[in-house]
Amino acid sequence: MTITNVRVLLLCAVCLSAFTVMSCGRNGDTPGEMRQDRREQVDILGAGATFPAPLITAMADEYRDLTRNRVTVNYQSIGSGGGIRQFIEQTVMFGMSEAFLSDEVMRNVEQATGGRAFNMPITLADVVPTYNVPGIGAGLAFSGELLVEIFMGDITRWNHEHIRELNPDIDLPNLPITVVHRSDGSGTTNVWTSFLSRVSDRWREQVGFATSVNWPTGIGGNGNEGVAGAVQNTTGAIGYNSFAYALLNDMSYGSVINASGNVIEPSFEATSEAANIELPDDTRILFTNTPAEYGYPIAGFAWMLIYENLDANNAISNRREAGELINFLIWSITEGQELSNLLGFARLPDAAIEKNVQMIRQLKWEGELIGQEILDEQDLLSADRQ
Amino acid sequence: MNSDSETPNNGSKEVRELLRRPPSAIYRWLGDRIFAIVVVLLGFSIIALGAAMAIVLYGEGSLSFRQFGFFGFVSGTTWDPAVKLSFGALPFLIGTVVTSVAALLISFFPAIAVAIFTAEYAPRWLAGIIDNLIQLIAAVPSVVIGIWGIFVLAPWLRDTVYLPIFTWAETSYPALLPILGNPMGYGMATATIVLALMIVPYTTALTKDAIKSVPVEQREASRALGATKWEVIRMAVLPYARGGILAGSILSLGRAIGETMAVAMLIGNKNTLPFTIFGAGATMPSVIVNEFREAVESLHLSSLMAIGFTLFIIALIVNLAAAYLTRKFSVKGGQVL
Amino acid sequence: MKTMLQRNIRDRIMESLLVISTIVVLLPLVIIIVHVIVNGISALNWDFFTQELGSPSRAMQGRPTGLVHTILGTLVVDLLALLLALPVGMGAGIMLSEYPDHKLNPTIRVTNDTLNGMPAILKGLLAFVLIVKPMGSFSGLAGSVALAFVMIPIIARTTESALMSIPWSIREAGLAIGLPRWRVVLSTVMPAARFGLVTGTLIAFARAAGEAAPLLFTSFGNNYLPNHWLGMLLGPVDTLPQRLYSLAISPYTHWHSMGWAAAIILLLFVIITFGTARYLTRQKN
Repeated sequence: MTITNVRVLLLCAVCLSAFTVMSCGRNGDTPGEMRQDRREQVDILGAGATFPAPLITAMADEYRDLTRNRVTVNYQSIGSGGGIRQFIEQTVMFGMSEAFLSDEVMRNVEQATGGRAFNMPITLADVVPTYNVPGIGAGLAFSGELLVEIFMGDITRWNHEHIRELNPDIDLPNLPITVVHRSDGSGTTNVWTSFLSRVSDRWREQVGFATSVNWPTGIGGNGNEGVAGAVQNTTGAIGYNSFAYALLNDMSYGSVINASGNVIEPSFEATSEAANIELPDDTRILFTNTPAEYGYPIAGFAWMLIYENLDANNAISNRREAGELINFLIWSITEGQELSNLLGFARLPDAAIEKNVQMIRQLKWEGELIGQEILDEQDLLSADRQ
Repeated sequence: MNSDSETPNNGSKEVRELLRRPPSAIYRWLGDRIFAIVVVLLGFSIIALGAAMAIVLYGEGSLSFRQFGFFGFVSGTTWDPAVKLSFGALPFLIGTVVTSVAALLISFFPAIAVAIFTAEYAPRWLAGIIDNLIQLIAAVPSVVIGIWGIFVLAPWLRDTVYLPIFTWAETSYPALLPILGNPMGYGMATATIVLALMIVPYTTALTKDAIKSVPVEQREASRALGATKWEVIRMAVLPYARGGILAGSILSLGRAIGETMAVAMLIGNKNTLPFTIFGAGATMPSVIVNEFREAVESLHLSSLMAIGFTLFIIALIVNLAAAYLTRKFSVKGGQVL
Repeated sequence: MKTMLQRNIRDRIMESLLVISTIVVLLPLVIIIVHVIVNGISALNWDFFTQELGSPSRAMQGRPTGLVHTILGTLVVDLLALLLALPVGMGAGIMLSEYPDHKLNPTIRVTNDTLNGMPAILKGLLAFVLIVKPMGSFSGLAGSVALAFVMIPIIARTTESALMSIPWSIREAGLAIGLPRWRVVLSTVMPAARFGLVTGTLIAFARAAGEAAPLLFTSFGNNYLPNHWLGMLLGPVDTLPQRLYSLAISPYTHWHSMGWAAAIILLLFVIITFGTARYLTRQKN
């Protein structure tokens, strides 16, 4: 063997060992622990809305520790539209969306799988107007009509009289307004435009509400993340973000006047309050511009999308995976909710959890009521959770 | 120069003859045959790859093409996934054309200047270093340039260039404002500037090759007529190198058209016309990146694939032109950038 | 008629313009590299190389976070792509060089050059339709195939160049001593061209390693290390360019610094590979 060959071999050996070390270093497990769990390990793949991503991924981290690395929930935030799409294509075990599935999609799923598509609220989405105006912190008041005018491009200056009317004590500069919106399909957009459509017929007819609309003006950012980034990098910008993102990133966000005429400052309580209304059994409801008196008007559910007939989902390969998915689901709407406030999310109201449990009871694997089985095992009765 | 004839007219006759020969000859013949078949198959797979791309992109986009007609789709100006469910590719077509052509124009003279400098003026060691640095520009991944663009270039451009121009126009020349648009860091202008930087290496490399291949007699003739150094370059070298310069430019244009990540991160993502100079826009690759994972409606997904097909056609035309010119004017077998 | 003085002045002016242009062109590159290093170096710690990404709230909760799964994923996907691309690319290159009279050759060359110039995103779309859709899931395999589509035209072209630069006398010598055609190619021509072949492979590898767009809808991304090695191929996997993109457009500052650090790694990776290729080329010359 020549010197060069020896050197090459040594290099390969070094690389290989580095490789092995790196891949074994996960979470500081001892080899013994890892070997023990490895045989039963389950990967749960989900994808969808960017808004709940901080919460879902934190839940995933927590759940992974809880199950001692046995169950890994891999959630990719690609937008609500993406979540719905991947759910339909069955490339993911669960989707996540801030828009509930349309009637057409529900019908298609019933035809394709013989069972329903469940929309299960996991958390609440609240969308706040975020802005970047030098010298002005959080707390600018906006009305629905004002937001429509800004996002239509009718108002282009921060010191416009309509804004000054609502904020008489604040010194607004003569700065051009840059509107920032989502460039990808998104449930956050759905919630935001749903609100705008409810307060303005003009908006509803010209732009409408959906996960992706033909915006009259402004620049697009990719994901909640992109909008937040664009707003922060552009003085005079106004965009819309989830409350959690705004909090997590120290952004300036405004208060919004709700249907009852109250100026509501975004908060967990105000968001939960908005959902404090009569819910249909399948929870497919939008409560933007909520009738709740002190409810924050730009809020909605973030739903986890699950096939009733779990075996019909190509992404789920066996009963064990289906079972783990259900376990995670149950945990996330109960203990998992503890993580909510810490990360800037409002907790699910009991009414929603109720409906969720009803739906979980009906989850099936090859005809067997697997959801009910697991619930019985865990002895979960709504009465226990007061 | 084929010393071996491998195409017998009558296969079975040859086989019979072969079987009369010693085993080593069979080994040769079989080996050659198998090798040839394998190699030809692999070579053919290149064609298959190209065909697959065309077929798949058209196939996936066919829903849109049927709905809007090919020319209807390409000239449609509305991209509305929500209310009207109408998809037209014109904004992205224009975005691609404007940013790519503008980037080429911006980068043209600097790129040639670098080529001239390294070929004619710089000492050997310096030319080598500059060469490597230019190649490095082409090597830096687009996402890295993108992240730098987002956090460094865009804010800097906004504060140092766009905003002053905007405020000046506001006070002295308000008629210009609709053309300028809102001065944010992200937008057509920033994306174009970054594109211009990224495509410099292609023009430079081919121009330099062309300059170096100018016969020494041309230069000597100019010298003999009393030309100064620059005059030699201007009168004798550059005209001769025209072909290489052209080839390099079209190659650069091709790269600019296809550039995806840096543009997607910086262009602001506005899907409607008209575009303004400082305002946001979108290109064909950038809209695919931004909307592909989120597209729910089949028509939306199909329209994105249809844009992919349109991009394919345009890149095909430009690259065919570039390939033809490059092979015609390239000196060595291939500096693959 | 200009005087000698005027012409000399113009010469000097042009020369300075050339120098200025060169500086203007090279300055951004230097600035970019400096920024990447300065911004990213602080995030390059032990955790970065040994921990998984997990949730963006990890930093808030005091838990370690890093990109080990991204680095490993990149290595696996890129190496597999190379494995897939080498036979096809080299085979095509051999065909173009060793069977120059074959009637498919002009078509192959044109198609190859065109594919070379095609945006990588289209190759990603092709891999999505051919691999992701039938398989029913995003996967490292799909990502590898997409990158292989990027590598193949480059490898084909460089292989053709490398082999064509070997003088015909070598082939004649091989044939003269009685070697069959295929042995001549494999045992005499290719070893003689090994510098060019290796260089071409390195270039293709470096080019593909920097691509993000094709990976966004093929290998998709993963915040964790898959449970089993096979999971990297059959399920979604994280890669540096795609993760860099996600980190850059996220609103979390600590994710931004990790993005810069990822940029350092990616840049190093690409520069070293390209650099080796250039170095080998110069050696040969």
